[in-house]
Amino acid sequence: MSEKVGVYICHCGTNIAGVVDVEAVAKWAGKELENVVISRDYKFMCSSLGQEMIEGDITKEGLTRVVVAACSPHLHEKTFRRACANAGLNPYLCQMASIREQVSWVVEDKEAATEKAKAMIAAAVNRVQLHEELEPTVVPVNPNTIVVGAGIAGIQASLELADAGHVVYLVEREPSIGGHMAQFDKTFPTLDCAACILTPKMSDVGAHPNINLLSYSEVEEISGYVGNFTARIKKKTRYVNEEACTGCGICIEKCPKRVLDDVFEAGLGMRKAIYRPFPQAVPNIPVIDRENCIYYKTGKCKACQLFCPTEAIAFEQEDTYIDINVGNVILATGFDLFDCKTIPQYGYGRLANVFTSLEFERMCNATGPTEGKIVLRDGVTEPKSVVIVHCVGSRDQRFNPYCSSICCMAALKFGHLVMERTDAEVYSCYIDMRTPSKGYEEFYNRLLEEGMHFIRGKVAEVTDAPRFPGEESKLIVQVEDTLIGKQRRIPVDMVVLMAALQPRYDARDVGLKFGISCSMEGWFTERHPKLDPVATMTEGIFIAGVAQGPKDIPAAVGQGAAAAARVQGMITAGEVLIEPIVATIHEEKCSGCRICNTLCPFNAIEFLEDKEVSYINAALCKGCGTCVAACPAQAITGAHYSNEQIFAEIEGILFDVTSGGDLKALRAEQERVPA
Amino acid sequence: MKEYAYFPGCSLEKIALSYHLSTIETSKKVGVELKELEDWNCCGATAYFHVDELLAYTLCARNLAMAEQENLDLVAPCSACYKNSYFTNLHLKEDPDLADHINFALAEDNLHFSGNIAVKHLIEVFAQDVGPEEISTKVSKPLDGLKVAPYYGCQILRPRKDNEEVEQAEFFEDLLSAIGAEPVPYALKLCCCGGSLILTSRRAALSMVRNLLQNAMDSGAALIATACPLCQVNLECYQSQVNQEFGTQFSMPVMYFTQLLGLAFGIPAKRLGIGKELVSATPLSSYIK
Repeated sequence: MSEKVGVYICHCGTNIAGVVDVEAVAKWAGKELENVVISRDYKFMCSSLGQEMIEGDITKEGLTRVVVAACSPHLHEKTFRRACANAGLNPYLCQMASIREQVSWVVEDKEAATEKAKAMIAAAVNRVQLHEELEPTVVPVNPNTIVVGAGIAGIQASLELADAGHVVYLVEREPSIGGHMAQFDKTFPTLDCAACILTPKMSDVGAHPNINLLSYSEVEEISGYVGNFTARIKKKTRYVNEEACTGCGICIEKCPKRVLDDVFEAGLGMRKAIYRPFPQAVPNIPVIDRENCIYYKTGKCKACQLFCPTEAIAFEQEDTYIDINVGNVILATGFDLFDCKTIPQYGYGRLANVFTSLEFERMCNATGPTEGKIVLRDGVTEPKSVVIVHCVGSRDQRFNPYCSSICCMAALKFGHLVMERTDAEVYSCYIDMRTPSKGYEEFYNRLLEEGMHFIRGKVAEVTDAPRFPGEESKLIVQVEDTLIGKQRRIPVDMVVLMAALQPRYDARDVGLKFGISCSMEGWFTERHPKLDPVATMTEGIFIAGVAQGPKDIPAAVGQGAAAAARVQGMITAGEVLIEPIVATIHEEKCSGCRICNTLCPFNAIEFLEDKEVSYINAALCKGCGTCVAACPAQAITGAHYSNEQIFAEIEGILFDVTSGGDLKALRAEQERVPA
Repeated sequence: MKEYAYFPGCSLEKIALSYHLSTIETSKKVGVELKELEDWNCCGATAYFHVDELLAYTLCARNLAMAEQENLDLVAPCSACYKNSYFTNLHLKEDPDLADHINFALAEDNLHFSGNIAVKHLIEVFAQDVGPEEISTKVSKPLDGLKVAPYYGCQILRPRKDNEEVEQAEFFEDLLSAIGAEPVPYALKLCCCGGSLILTSRRAALSMVRNLLQNAMDSGAALIATACPLCQVNLECYQSQVNQEFGTQFSMPVMYFTQLLGLAFGIPAKRLGIGKELVSATPLSSYIK
């Protein structure tokens, strides 16, 4: 029985009709293409009138296939599939031809565009006749969620979900939650203290009955699919019994070993071998740094154990593993800072009084190593002049081409703090001043009025070699001031380098583990940069915060809340439809070579040891077709992308639209040509 | 024995004769044989590439083609010779059309450039091909306690090639440590000496030299070590003019690294050309026996 195909050509206002002769195409399709029983054009096919037209034709004319020639399927495939379903036609029997993005927007010549549109429609008509009816699978959604990373974005997401009554597992790699924000002093542009606004949220997390806080832990493994993930969490041993510890801190006080803290204090301060990163740590349970503990080195000491009033010190404790089941995942794994030593001409690590932005942040912090005093590396001398260098590792083709987006504002904040606490002159050497959010430009104006000096130019080098009188025992910043067109040498006491934000060193591995992709730089890729910023191409995996790209605290909080809202939507729906466009393995053809197992970017293929064949988990498969192409035994078929369907599409594309001739004659002619 | 085609360049014939002598003496000691190219020609120095690029490439390509005939990598002790030869080699390899033009000219001399050898600076041969470890085994009179400012100059490392570290190179320091000397941190070690600027803008050039001398002195160096005849001339011969112009009192010896290596290897000072300096090498006197 031959199919009855309806063809619908959209004008998209003048978007398509301005270039493609839509009426002629509609007439041609109705006349020349096999099995096309109806061919119409309409101003806006996606409008309700357009959809009703298709629905009406299906019911009245008994269409068995529908082709819509309009925009890209990314935009309206769902719309037209729904229209078919409304009229009782299986939605997968509808095919779109993209004659806007691929024709009218890119082909200037009207005649050529019209011909190309015809070829695209011929391809869709050819293909759609071989489509099969497909049914999506329905799976239930586990209402629990795992949030990875407890910086401000992860904290926000966890609290939103927990407050809505859902169980959250919050996994944090460090001994305390809080992330980078816990290290900061003030927050721009309002200058409220970071700890004052963050620590209440941290204690909420610690006390919330719906939040299972897994600090000093990492996700070791994750398997499953949207609605039904199983994660194995490794709880690294603290060598402290969490139930027994009261957080009194006597162990820390008594520990005789002092260690340079290069994580929380950015190398500016010391901590003990048993420590908590900062006084407001959540959970308030210390951890023993085994590398530096005297007991683990020499077998003697045990001072902490001796003095602990609750016998909580457990030297023999080992890592433990917990398996949890969740329906959704939010990744908020944050960022690393650019290593300023990578630019040796700026002198970091070589010239004592060159500081990184994080070091300076700790120095400004009242609970930091200098108790908020801004001093040189000697710990006592107040600087008389400071240069803040912007874009260190950002907007630089050699390192990171992107803008780190927060550094200009942080530099302004630093300028304000220096002037507030010292009598120093402050210079900012910037490429462009970027202050694009609410209240930011006002803050820039405030600093201009406060007397910060702004020099537009990229710093060439920071040196301690004096050339002119007044430069002796100073750091000299060599910079081209592009506003006055002159080279300047600025002798100062202190230089602060605004280090770029970079993806976590292991972001790609984490992406691989959770089955999501990273941008070229290594930031997690969102499903749509504008319209779907916290979802990913993998269902059930959401992203938030700087892990997705550089952003400030308000934006990270916004994304945390947005990701939580998306997860809540999934939980409330209770079940999720899974696309039936997936690959299947024909067991009788599978040789068990396992080539497809490692190729699958979504970890959807497993090997069945008992049957010695590979098996595709339909819930995980995205229908990308990689395994179909790779299988040496051709044992895998991709639903909706079978060889027959694709060859039919290619034949349609090659349809000779100028001759108006029929396909059969063309094929016969091709066969006559000797290979 | 490692063999190289040796391209001394014009300066080493006359003004930098001590560099030439010390190079020959020290290379033998570390198992490096330098076979001087027969009938080599000038590299074009700093000026010729700005006058006629095609002819300048041809000059350099002729030396390269002769080294190719010997099937040996080309070694230049002078930074300008090195830079010109290196980039000629690179650009001709990248641009077959340019190579065709040059080969048309070279054919007159029965020569052909094919780009199958490498170009090295003399200090690379010592610091990398031989290496500081091997060099330290040849030391019989270590220069213990001698504070030396390692002066790279600009043309050894710039323009930037491949991915090498141009801003914070350390190989000169490693070489000096290998012979027992103490390299001082020298902030301006990669800054230009002025090149031929002294001919066109005397005061600007003298000020550049003054900065280099001042920084070396401030870092506590007893002498400056260099690997380029032009750097050596600028830093040493113009010292008295710097003193006149700026009222300074520099008396900073500027020696070739090969001379220091030679002393540490126990080669008599005379055979290393020591004693011909304009600024007397007094800090070395206790190491010369």
